[in-house]
Amino acid sequence: MSPKTLYDKIWDAHLAHEAEDGTSLLYIDRHLVHEVTSPQAFEGLRMAGRTVRAPDKTIAVPDHNVPTTLDRANAATMTEDSRIQVEALDKNAKDFGIHYYPVNDVRQGIVHIVGPEQGWTLPGMTVVCGDSHTATHGAFGALAHGIGTSEVEHVLATQTLIQKKSKNMKVEITGKLRPGVTAKDITLSVIGVTGTAGGTGYVIEYCGEAIRDLSMEGRMTVCNMAIEGGARAGLIAPDETTYEYVKGRPHAPKGAQWETALAWWKTLYSDDDAHWDEVITIAGEDIAPVVTWGTSPEDVLPITANVPSADDFEGGKVGAAQRSLDYMGLTPGTPLTDIEIDTVFIGSCTNGRIEDLRAAAEILKGKKIKEGLRAMIVPGSGLVRAQAEEEGLADIFKEAGFEWRLAGCSMCLAMNPDQLSEGERCASTSNRNFEGRQGYKGRTHLVSPGMAAAAAITGKLTDVREMM
Amino acid sequence: MDKFENLSGIAAPMPLVNIDTDMIIPKQFLKTIKRSGLGANLFDEMRFDRQGNEIPDFVLNQPQYREAEILVAGDNFGCGSSREHAPWAIKDFGIRCVIAPSFADIFYNNCFKNGILPVALPQEQVDVLMKDAEKGANARIEIDLENQSITTSDGEVFSFEVDAFKKHCLMNGLDDIGLTLEKAASIDTFEARASAERPWV
Repeated sequence: MSPKTLYDKIWDAHLAHEAEDGTSLLYIDRHLVHEVTSPQAFEGLRMAGRTVRAPDKTIAVPDHNVPTTLDRANAATMTEDSRIQVEALDKNAKDFGIHYYPVNDVRQGIVHIVGPEQGWTLPGMTVVCGDSHTATHGAFGALAHGIGTSEVEHVLATQTLIQKKSKNMKVEITGKLRPGVTAKDITLSVIGVTGTAGGTGYVIEYCGEAIRDLSMEGRMTVCNMAIEGGARAGLIAPDETTYEYVKGRPHAPKGAQWETALAWWKTLYSDDDAHWDEVITIAGEDIAPVVTWGTSPEDVLPITANVPSADDFEGGKVGAAQRSLDYMGLTPGTPLTDIEIDTVFIGSCTNGRIEDLRAAAEILKGKKIKEGLRAMIVPGSGLVRAQAEEEGLADIFKEAGFEWRLAGCSMCLAMNPDQLSEGERCASTSNRNFEGRQGYKGRTHLVSPGMAAAAAITGKLTDVREMM
Repeated sequence: MDKFENLSGIAAPMPLVNIDTDMIIPKQFLKTIKRSGLGANLFDEMRFDRQGNEIPDFVLNQPQYREAEILVAGDNFGCGSSREHAPWAIKDFGIRCVIAPSFADIFYNNCFKNGILPVALPQEQVDVLMKDAEKGANARIEIDLENQSITTSDGEVFSFEVDAFKKHCLMNGLDDIGLTLEKAASIDTFEARASAERPWV
């Protein structure tokens, strides 16, 4: 048999039909659904008199719109249009008989945090969701990617997706990371190298010692942002760390089935002589704590650097860089650590898990946030929130001056009331620094949870290593 | 889905790289349970001020581009969020074809589900089309999907690549789900085999 990559193996195991031109029907093992990108798909099913083909493989949770304030049980905390979307999901979940975690369920949270937490996401699976950050689930060695609403409807109706195979890219992070450097710094640094279009047409497999050394949560952070590099999906081959994380979760296999599953999962790796269409190697020790200065995730620099000038770039990026500098209100040559911020947001499917909160708490313990600063921590799920309370992290956050919220997507995309105002500058653990993303004319600097916590204390972008 | 017929139309130039789907349709307009009506808010934050007044400099507010049916843009068009509201908004505005050096994967696929043709061309050719688009309403660009060619107002012709299956669906306005359901037997067979081999799924 010819050598295969991990992507090749998962692809082959899910090929339900292949036409002569390579157009394929890929069988989908898990379909995650949220309230924003699904109502039109369910409506389409109704109009055509179709049903959900595999309701037992379909899992829904409202996350984008839901308020994260403690009074959210009161429906008046939601705008009417948000409430209609959440109610539509309530109804669709019930009508079509799919698994559902409603707003008042302690397991509710961001769909990409809930899936792994509940053991829905397992190695070797195909996972889709009408959400680009579905890439997160690639951390388990699952082929996971975002789809549009028409494709959501297609998967609901047929449990398959029409696909053509992507190319294989290997991103190797060698050696050890330096202190203060996290999974977030890895994934942003990779995008800094490839650019936001560098991954287009590829599935990326992340490998190397620095990736192996990451926990499952760190791996999820890395894969989460594969989409920001343009890749269809990011993958990390499963190993003992993966099995340890998965074992015992509510929907993970048990008993004899666990052994059968494990035996198959252990075949899920890229063969030594597999073909790669592109290989990128980065030394782990060369990665620094980073921050974004512009309005594209590729605008990444080490925290020790200065704001660049448009002249530092070439081609179409010259104009884009100038536009970013104007939008962000930054002057070339300014040390990044001189940039004052108004707000800190810790949360999102990128950095809303328990280890992210622990990393922030380590910096914040016994400290206060800068006076006048707005700071909020939004756990990724109700269970992450409960765990953080049990570990005493919530007390650290509250004593430091952070708002301690309920679970949801919150200020990552600001569809709920958590938004930046015009000109407000935020150090954020989320994934996108696009114009207007966190609020109209809001200014976003993407950072790791430790860096966000450090910035909250000083009121400026800060090198977390100085606080360790 | 609407068929994509050959198109001869005004092209609006947007010489900006990394136009993301948050720019195309900001999140406040995603709170709809319908597919229609989003054209009014296409590029909302670039097109209108906070009071809802048009920003005169923005390309689609200029008189010569109000009827644009083609968009010529920079690299990596449609990056970011998977929101299909982006192609819905583009289509609802009246744009049927987007030309750029490259597209983000999810957006590119979403276009074909909505009767929009995304065309990726080398940067030099996009530069020529951008200049052509900058001439305004008198410069109509012709798109011939069947022959996979684009003709500038000066008669220069560029050919483009498009997946044969996607082209077929677009030209005939075919519904993907209907086509896939014709292969239901293959899906049944696969499902039976997979659930025997991987019963934990």
